[in-house]
Amino acid sequence: MARVVLVGNLAQVTDGAGELDLAATSVQHLFQLLTERHPALARHLEEGVAVAIDGQIYQDALLEPIAPDSEVFIIPQIAGG
Amino acid sequence: MQAKTSAALPQSYVGTRTVRPDGVDKVTGRARFGADFNLPGQLVGRVLRSPHAHARILSIDTSKAERLPGVKAVVTRDDFPDQSSEFIPAGEMMMNYRDVVRNVMAREKALYEGHAVAAVAATSTAVARRALKLIDVQYEVLPHVIDVVDAMKPEAPLLHEDLYTAGVEPKPERPSNIAKRVEIGHGDIEAGFARADVIVEREFSTQPVHQGYIEPHAALASVSEDGAVELWCTTQGHFIVRAHCARLLGLDIGKVRVTASEIGGGFGGKTVVYLEPLAVALSRKAKRPVKLVMSREEVFKASGPTSGARIKVKLGATKAGKFTGAFAELKYQAGAFQGSPVQPGTMCAFAPYDIEHVKVIGYDVVSNRPKVAAYRAPGAPISEFAVESVVDELAKKLEIDPVELRLQNAAREGTKAAYGPKFGPIGLIDTLHAVEKTNHYTTPLEEWQGRGVASGFWFNIGGETCASLTVNEDGTVSLMAGTPDIGGLRASLAMVAADELGVPYDKVRPIIGDTGSVGYNFLTGGSRSAFSGSMAVVEAAKQIKADLCTRAAKLWELAPDQVAFENGHVKPVGDTNGRHKPVSVADLAKVAGKTGGPIGGVGRINAQGAGPSFGTHLVDVEVDPETGRVTILRYTMAQDAGRAIHPSYVEGQYQGGAAQGIGWALNEEYIYGADGKLQNAGFLDYRMPVASDVPMIDAIIVEVPNPRHPYGVRGVGETPIVPPMAAIANAIENATGIRFTELPMSPPKVLKALKERGLNGVKA
Amino acid sequence: MAKHHVTATVNGDAVEFLCETEETLLDVLRDTLHLTGSKEGCSSGDCGACSVTLDGRLVCSCLVLGCEVAGRSIETIEGMATGETLHPLQQKFLEHAALQCGICTPGFLVASKALLERDPDPTETEIRYWLAGNLCRCTGYDKIIKAVMDAAAEMRTS
Repeated sequence: MARVVLVGNLAQVTDGAGELDLAATSVQHLFQLLTERHPALARHLEEGVAVAIDGQIYQDALLEPIAPDSEVFIIPQIAGG
Repeated sequence: MQAKTSAALPQSYVGTRTVRPDGVDKVTGRARFGADFNLPGQLVGRVLRSPHAHARILSIDTSKAERLPGVKAVVTRDDFPDQSSEFIPAGEMMMNYRDVVRNVMAREKALYEGHAVAAVAATSTAVARRALKLIDVQYEVLPHVIDVVDAMKPEAPLLHEDLYTAGVEPKPERPSNIAKRVEIGHGDIEAGFARADVIVEREFSTQPVHQGYIEPHAALASVSEDGAVELWCTTQGHFIVRAHCARLLGLDIGKVRVTASEIGGGFGGKTVVYLEPLAVALSRKAKRPVKLVMSREEVFKASGPTSGARIKVKLGATKAGKFTGAFAELKYQAGAFQGSPVQPGTMCAFAPYDIEHVKVIGYDVVSNRPKVAAYRAPGAPISEFAVESVVDELAKKLEIDPVELRLQNAAREGTKAAYGPKFGPIGLIDTLHAVEKTNHYTTPLEEWQGRGVASGFWFNIGGETCASLTVNEDGTVSLMAGTPDIGGLRASLAMVAADELGVPYDKVRPIIGDTGSVGYNFLTGGSRSAFSGSMAVVEAAKQIKADLCTRAAKLWELAPDQVAFENGHVKPVGDTNGRHKPVSVADLAKVAGKTGGPIGGVGRINAQGAGPSFGTHLVDVEVDPETGRVTILRYTMAQDAGRAIHPSYVEGQYQGGAAQGIGWALNEEYIYGADGKLQNAGFLDYRMPVASDVPMIDAIIVEVPNPRHPYGVRGVGETPIVPPMAAIANAIENATGIRFTELPMSPPKVLKALKERGLNGVKA
Repeated sequence: MAKHHVTATVNGDAVEFLCETEETLLDVLRDTLHLTGSKEGCSSGDCGACSVTLDGRLVCSCLVLGCEVAGRSIETIEGMATGETLHPLQQKFLEHAALQCGICTPGFLVASKALLERDPDPTETEIRYWLAGNLCRCTGYDKIIKAVMDAAAEMRTS
């Protein structure tokens, strides 16, 4: 099971469940599992988040694989100026 | 690289200082920037802007203007369909289309002085100006609020009746100007502070500052009778402009073709639309090309600066110097619509450090000033100014050298970042050491002189990128990228292409393609263009090399695995080595048509793996006790570039960002009157650094390769603006013993503080 | 109000144009003579992007009226190179990477040329103060100053 941590306001949406263990195999799968558990997350995930998998930050990478023992952080998306 | 053989090897360009291929046009005045384009029959566009900081728009009567001879089109809110609330995934500067359409053209209210209310297209500037005067707008002037703390008060004038603070449970009963509350952190800060031997707690305030690009916004639109749009504009992202114009005006994206002109500076401020949808709407109505250019006054009054803010920082450490707990509260102005960079501000605040217990809270607050736009590492310079000042104060209290204190707590590979994930290989420590080792660090100082140091961070991004390489019949290579070149990109990409294909640098001709010619590219920003562009170029080159090998193998009647590409040539390898002379890219290009058709490759990627760039700045200042003027005596900076494709342009990013930070620290600010109107909307009184304000800036390139990029590249453009304000505040404290917590530290403020302590007067 | 009829010399060529009273020399150069090398950054003489020389004197063309230049000689960035040969300043700006976005570059080149014509051996401080009327937001001025010093050195030896 990948350990998934929701950073910032996202934890509020899951009623404080900031850390979850989920058997997600990809970012897309992860979003699916999260939305099933907490439907209110769907909007935030769509509005734009970044996903850090084992320290590597990914943005807009639905197909990126997640390993069974990965450490995943869902963080606000970043761009810059 | 290989050992030299008898065949002349192509030179390796990455890491050298080539002359940029677009340079000659820029030093001769030939290069065409936004306002340099003209079309036959074009009309002059002008925008009518609200004179009030906050007002309900009761009515807009354009009839007299429309009847004026020479006026060919007038547009108002009625020409822009309303947009439902929809957040655009656009990075940290949350944008909502409902707000975008209102910022482009005011609807129910004018929310800042300068807010666009109507626009005209006419046969001459004089007619356009007269037409604006004939537009009758009835306003109901409302009380306004400018300051962020004032805007947060419950009794503050309300900008949006439907704005309820997000991120707060339960949802507030009443609307307010606080759009959002955000929070990040880990651990237990109470426990962290309990363990501290020394705690420093400080409040800071900063003012909005403008990106200050020398080239005002400009757009030229031509809409044909079938609704197809051609648009030339100065922008950091022509694909973004295309998307916004299509959305706001109900057009198919494919029917809008946007060409990015050369861009005269952006720094984040040209990642949004202002004039472009107006130009398209006017041209569509007038059936003629319409050109709109902002005056400098309009740039200040109607385009987004970055936030002003109030910041609280509390940092605790043991006697030995280990940080035990860190807290910050950030209140950022978003301007008239929500979307300040407070979120990245929270994430970056303590990013350089390994701290077990961290909590950062942020508030996004609207007020009656232009909607903020991104400005180089949005949000980070503000929060890190405050944190790096407190780190310095802590160092003084602990009697530990400020660089040593940072080294002790520095984030390194494997450190859990304040915003969650662990860092990969990073160069913060290398930059601290680099600065410590300089002669600058130990040069003695005189009276009224002081030295300060500060570090900084930006995440950097990758993003969607397309780049194509085409091998021409004579072996020269055409490179088409899709991210506007702000300063050196074409050179860098051409160097990578030259190295990948083994062709001379001057045989690679790079251009930036328009939206119809190259696939989707996210904008130039986020320190991504060289990082992502070079990745796409490598991919395109890979395709070409594979293709060349296939063709050569077939020509030689060899199996595919019996040939290989090396140093710009395809040659037989293994058993067949030496059977045929190697053929060059140019040789194969000559027979391209006969061996299958044109030779080319396209890299189409969503670049991932951007590596953060850390930097450390060291500055010496001299304070004049008679005038309060702070002079920058000496400036040294070290920053991690991963791998510098073109060292001169990497240094250029470092020096330019530092200079902007110097302006932010010492002079730049928006000055509003009690009437909510901007008083310094020009370069005379919005005082940016000039050549006599700064010394040479020693830029040290540190290279800790980014393992996820083929050349090890990290973005570098944004980090340089993060450390300067704190470094300078720390240097002023070192010189005077006075800790300044308000930016800018301009002469009147410095003099006042000196007077309060009886320190002012003519220098002995 | 009838337009003014003006004849003048631009980069050595005789020119003839019509302009409104309120049109600046910058407007005329860019919109009437199609010489877009001089740039409009502020229209108030604070940024120097519109720098040209008028009878050999460095001016902001946004502060000069079109009708003021009758019979006078104007030199713009377009006249700086000689045929295919770049002026040493232009060459050094390229070598030193003294430009990033390039919008301020024409103004800096014209201003630097005017400086070196008066003083072929300025100090770093003198160069910085002479160029204080030209704003650059990209480079932090470091490489610009180095390019000017290098060009001055080369011009002194040739």
